[in-house]
Amino acid sequence: MMDFINFYLVPGITLGAIYALGAVGVSMIFGILRFAHFAHGDLMTVGAYFGLSAVWLLGIPALAAIPIAVALTCLVALFADRAFYKPLRQLPTIYTVIASFGVALIFRSVVQLVWGTESQVYSVGFQKPIVLFDSLRIATRHIQIILATAAITLGLHWFLHHTQMGKTMRAVSDDPALASVAGLDPEKTIRWTWIIGAGLAAIAGVFVGLDTDVHTMMGWNLLLPMFAAALLGGIGKPLGAIAGGLIIGIAEEICTYPFFGESLISPSYKSAIAFVIMLLILIFRPRGLFKGRLL
Amino acid sequence: MSYKILDVQNLTAGYGKLPIIEDMHAKVDDGQIVVIVGPNGAGKSTLLKSIFGLNKRMSGDIVFESRSIFDAKTSELVPMGISAVPQSHNVFPTLTVEENLDVGTFAAPPKDKAATKAKILTLFPDLKDKLRQQAGELSGGQRQMVAVGRALMSDPHLILLDEPTAGLSPAYLEVIFDLLLQVRDSGVSILMVEQNAKQALRIADYAYVLVNGKNAYEGTGAELLKNDEVRKSFLGGGAPK
Amino acid sequence: MELSGILFYLISFLIMGGIYSVICLALNMQWGFGGLFNAGIAGFYAVGAYSAAIITSANTPNHVGGFDLPIVVGLVVAGTLSGIVGWAIARICVRLKADYLAMASIGIAEIIRLAVINEEWLTNGSLGVSRIPRPLEEFFTGRESEMVFFVFVWIIVAITFWVAHRLYKSPWGRVMRAIRDNEAAAESVGKDVQSFRTQSFVIGAIFMGVAGALSAHYFKFFSPDATEPLLITFLAWVMLIAGGSGNNKGAVAGALIIWAIWSMTEIITQQLPPDWATRSSYIRMLLIGLFLQFVLQRFRAGLFPEKAPKLNVKSHG
Repeated sequence: MMDFINFYLVPGITLGAIYALGAVGVSMIFGILRFAHFAHGDLMTVGAYFGLSAVWLLGIPALAAIPIAVALTCLVALFADRAFYKPLRQLPTIYTVIASFGVALIFRSVVQLVWGTESQVYSVGFQKPIVLFDSLRIATRHIQIILATAAITLGLHWFLHHTQMGKTMRAVSDDPALASVAGLDPEKTIRWTWIIGAGLAAIAGVFVGLDTDVHTMMGWNLLLPMFAAALLGGIGKPLGAIAGGLIIGIAEEICTYPFFGESLISPSYKSAIAFVIMLLILIFRPRGLFKGRLL
Repeated sequence: MSYKILDVQNLTAGYGKLPIIEDMHAKVDDGQIVVIVGPNGAGKSTLLKSIFGLNKRMSGDIVFESRSIFDAKTSELVPMGISAVPQSHNVFPTLTVEENLDVGTFAAPPKDKAATKAKILTLFPDLKDKLRQQAGELSGGQRQMVAVGRALMSDPHLILLDEPTAGLSPAYLEVIFDLLLQVRDSGVSILMVEQNAKQALRIADYAYVLVNGKNAYEGTGAELLKNDEVRKSFLGGGAPK
Repeated sequence: MELSGILFYLISFLIMGGIYSVICLALNMQWGFGGLFNAGIAGFYAVGAYSAAIITSANTPNHVGGFDLPIVVGLVVAGTLSGIVGWAIARICVRLKADYLAMASIGIAEIIRLAVINEEWLTNGSLGVSRIPRPLEEFFTGRESEMVFFVFVWIIVAITFWVAHRLYKSPWGRVMRAIRDNEAAAESVGKDVQSFRTQSFVIGAIFMGVAGALSAHYFKFFSPDATEPLLITFLAWVMLIAGGSGNNKGAVAGALIIWAIWSMTEIITQQLPPDWATRSSYIRMLLIGLFLQFVLQRFRAGLFPEKAPKLNVKSHG
């Protein structure tokens, strides 16, 4: 039982927290800009590498590098929106989807040019896990990631329900036509969407590096579970996306637990879980668990 | 004649290159309910949307409080003092009633938000105990109240209503019209498009009959109700009550 | 380079250009006609390549098969399996907005990639399938066999073009194009249109599988590395949009021109000093990513614009 918690549940929650932070942006961009942002994973990669540079240049720990990574990643996202997505805003959104597919490639190749393709880590050395109740062993990094994600979730909830911009974003996500009738400024809302989406993607990227390592394909490989999490939570429901991310992260880890002496699925097929969940959602509940929009 | 709120002069407008309304005029004076009636497809909604910058104005002029708003965008109009309520999809369904009202203040914050909200809740007492409910869960009539309430939150001088009674039961129709009279008496002018012409004309201070995108008749509500031709063609016949 | 060298470079260029033409024509059936966004082209391509490889290669203890069957059988199996995968995914996604299909197609490509790497009994894992034959190999060798293969590929291109053309001209093709760029109309489409969309997606998937099979025969060896999503999926999109989505001639022209540009940049970057040579592949990717943005913003109709005027702007009110 303790093995289950220590080696499957806690890592599952950690992985889920990373998916969740990425999926918030996917869900918000889908809800407000109305397109599936294929460059979101690579935006995460960009954030992780900004964090890496901050760690290298300033000699600070990875957690302290987060604000720098967030700020720079937000600028990158705002620039990408201005240069690549805004010119296509009046067209059917599928053109923006295609553009974002290309932006993903641009992000990745720039990262490969600047930082190279070797895997990197923020810090070397073994961290002693924290032991609770004699047998619950949790790695420090897992505690950090889980607690930070919980705090971000609370902050996000407060932002969406108690600030003018948060309510504006939910209104635009509900009904963009009515939002413009109410005189809300769509471009300002879009800017804030990028700032939050990119900021959380950067944090998620640094968390990936903290948990394992940083490499140039990391974000692209996380795109599928992030999409699945956003769909599971319901499009335009950022808090739903967090729940979706956690469910998928936990499901991926638990499915490899040897419940009946043998794991449910081979660990090499872990990332198939997200896809299966995505298909089930599309077939049975296209609006997701929390009644999001159907685009 | 009192101070003019809105003066639509020789307006031609429509979608793309196609004009839907041609050479139209309409005026709204301070503290008036002005009603636009006419058959389906006459261009009634197009007129409202053109005033509010939601489709293409081609020629003519639109003057609001002696300023031309012919080139003004929707986002500029709300701070100037015009709000609009679309016919359907006019509340944010997953926002609570209170949040829907709040959204009305974002583009043009009222001087005293609490006072404005209190005023609106006295107009629509039904909403008082529903403030924390999601707007999408309300009945059609209550949603209409939320929509009008949202439009009033920016302390506008003029609100544009597109068929506020569409889809409502006849009993509710009277309730809404009654509320609109109260809104007018609180100092907000109203320009509205209505399908239920007879009842609308009864509360109208002035009205225009639109046919095929052009002005056909106009007069006070009472005058049009008495006009035989208008009655025969647009009000389903019968003698005035 | 001597003249014959240039000629054979041209032939190998046209072989790859032909394979990409098949992919582009197939993508045009999905996107150009139906507005269906397929982000998992590499997956269908891999299904086709491995089916053909396993069916036609010589018997080996390393994995299932090879069954040493005729190449035509391989092509049919490749197209059929790829089409079945396409059908399954289209059934689920065709009724939803294009973005959902895009997300699901990324997923299908990912699953196929995982299966190809992990199911060693079937695909020999990362070592790949070898000894895949080319047509008429017993009669021609070396450069002659390249010539034969060149003819073989372009016969397939011609067949694909003919099918695409028939689809385009069919009454349903016209309906599809009419509603493709109008989201409001696309949302309100009925069951019949959905079934046509499914059809065009499946036919597209079949030819993507066939293209995969062609490349397996051409390389004579196929490993997971060859299904790199970048080279297949991404280049195909750039080709189709640059060539002119909705236009079959544009699809072929786009495939050849972009493949020419892509190959030339490779020749240029080979001249660079060694420490730049590794970086050059990233520069090429960056440039092709930027090129797509340029095409999308300034050159959306492509080299061969569709003849019917496109309803490119969102419908009002």
